[in-house]
Amino acid sequence: MGMTMVEKILAKHAGLDRVTPGQIVEAQVDVVMLHDIGTPGIQRPFKELGADKIADNVDCVIIPDHYVPAPTVQAAENLKITRAFARKMNVTHYYELGRGGICHHVMIEKGHVLPGQIIVAPDSHATTYGACGALGTGLGVTDTAIALGTGSLWFQVPETVKIILTGKLGRSVSAKDAALFLLKEFGEAKLIYKCVEIVGPVVDELSLDGRACMANMMLEAGVKACLFAPDDKTMEYLKQRVAKVPEPVLADGDAHYEEVITFDLSNLPPIVAAPHSPSNGKSVLEVAGTKIDQAFLGSCTNGRLEDLRIGAAILKGKKVHPSVRMLVTPASQEIYRQADAEGIVQIFIDAGAFVTNPGCGVCLGGHLGVIASGEVCIASSNRNFRGRMGSVAGEIYLASPAVVAAAALAGEIADPRIFEGAEVR
Amino acid sequence: MIRGKIWKYGKNVDTDAIYPARYLVHFDPEEVAKHTMEDVDPDFMKKVKPGDIVLAEDNFGCGSAREQAAMALKYAQIGAILADSFNRTFYRNAINNGLPIMSLKGVSQLINEGDDVELDLEKGTIINHTTSQQWITAPMPQFALDILNIGGAIAYYRNKKITG
Repeated sequence: MGMTMVEKILAKHAGLDRVTPGQIVEAQVDVVMLHDIGTPGIQRPFKELGADKIADNVDCVIIPDHYVPAPTVQAAENLKITRAFARKMNVTHYYELGRGGICHHVMIEKGHVLPGQIIVAPDSHATTYGACGALGTGLGVTDTAIALGTGSLWFQVPETVKIILTGKLGRSVSAKDAALFLLKEFGEAKLIYKCVEIVGPVVDELSLDGRACMANMMLEAGVKACLFAPDDKTMEYLKQRVAKVPEPVLADGDAHYEEVITFDLSNLPPIVAAPHSPSNGKSVLEVAGTKIDQAFLGSCTNGRLEDLRIGAAILKGKKVHPSVRMLVTPASQEIYRQADAEGIVQIFIDAGAFVTNPGCGVCLGGHLGVIASGEVCIASSNRNFRGRMGSVAGEIYLASPAVVAAAALAGEIADPRIFEGAEVR
Repeated sequence: MIRGKIWKYGKNVDTDAIYPARYLVHFDPEEVAKHTMEDVDPDFMKKVKPGDIVLAEDNFGCGSAREQAAMALKYAQIGAILADSFNRTFYRNAINNGLPIMSLKGVSQLINEGDDVELDLEKGTIINHTTSQQWITAPMPQFALDILNIGGAIAYYRNKKITG
């Protein structure tokens, strides 16, 4: 019997020939990613562990992004701690404010994510690294400190569920819609602790940006990891960023899956997750007409160049609805620069949208535009929990960049397929 | 042995509800404890007593990896969390912080708020002293018990390093 991707990655890092689901193994960790909440958070456990340096086998990457630039003195203190830790530990991959962006995107963009690696971070959306075939998973600060100080960590080998997506996505239907559809199908609890491998013709057509969006979003289904088998597209993308790309770790042909589930997405409409759960997905037509106050295009889910292009194509030459304010957050400085070079930033400004610096502020309700009680926000980010983006009496709808842009124009949730410029994706 | 009064909550109690993102900048135990369950139940900290047990439906602790969610419940001196199921990162964080945790499918429908309940993690037993009922669930893996018994993951790894 062969092994799935996650089983092969864990076996290799635990120095074992094979592992089976349920088994607890001690595995070596390749990369630890830290940000401005995680770095202050690990200080106590790292010290209590008695660690004075980063384990030799671990590559540490530090990317402050949650509260940048610092909106409060407390946040500034956390950034100071983060900076000091990077210096003290001789972390070469430290991305100062203005030179990085949203951590999970910067990790991939700067070539810190390679096929077959184990990458951990004190942030749940570390599953994003699965887009490149790496086992990325989120941990608390204690686990992170242990991984950083000892170079290894215990993992329980998860069951793997294989999801096959057949057909072809329709006009203005994107990776985000596919992910929101899967969340709706599985609910919040069915995939807890499992690893999912997503394959099929729909995946073959997706760009790395689209796969990153799905790997990011599937965390909301409770998965430990979401893996995409690296293909030519992945290798091409990585070769532009790193000198040497390792051979991908792929599932064996006779691997055992707990379940293999096939969905034909040919007729999938744009999906919107209504308050207050990412799994509360509905066809855009069911929620069309819902008035909105704020539209947000950005985040580690959908702040990539492809996403900004989709939004700009819909907004070009038009104005954001008078009763709506629109916030656009590019996922990194590099994307910001590219979007500017392509005239996309200009389109947003001309439309009356507000382009913020790269960061997590809007999505996590920390700063840069929180919502008031009774307000409704449509967002391309990943969570619509009560209070996530500001007031607990606010409401958040999650959607694709196309739906967010369409809603910004209409002043209410709208089907992007009716707008000129809405592209096939 | 853990014994306390039950406080009951629903399904998908997420980490933003257990410990809102607006307080993420804090790590000080007293400050963190103050905001425990604030967006689920603003009166939580006023009504719970040390050793009380939180009972929930499926997927307790879903959402972000923030460890303050588990830390807050620990600092609030909650005796244990009992739920139909847990989010995986929360599960790890709870064990790593020495917060006892136990799951049994459907348990949320078997026990009422205010009941006096006793949990034995090693045996996997749940005893409801109010109704004189008893159930058995999977005992906690020895590895996790060792971490809990020694007071958390840091103590466990320090000890491991010392004893080789």
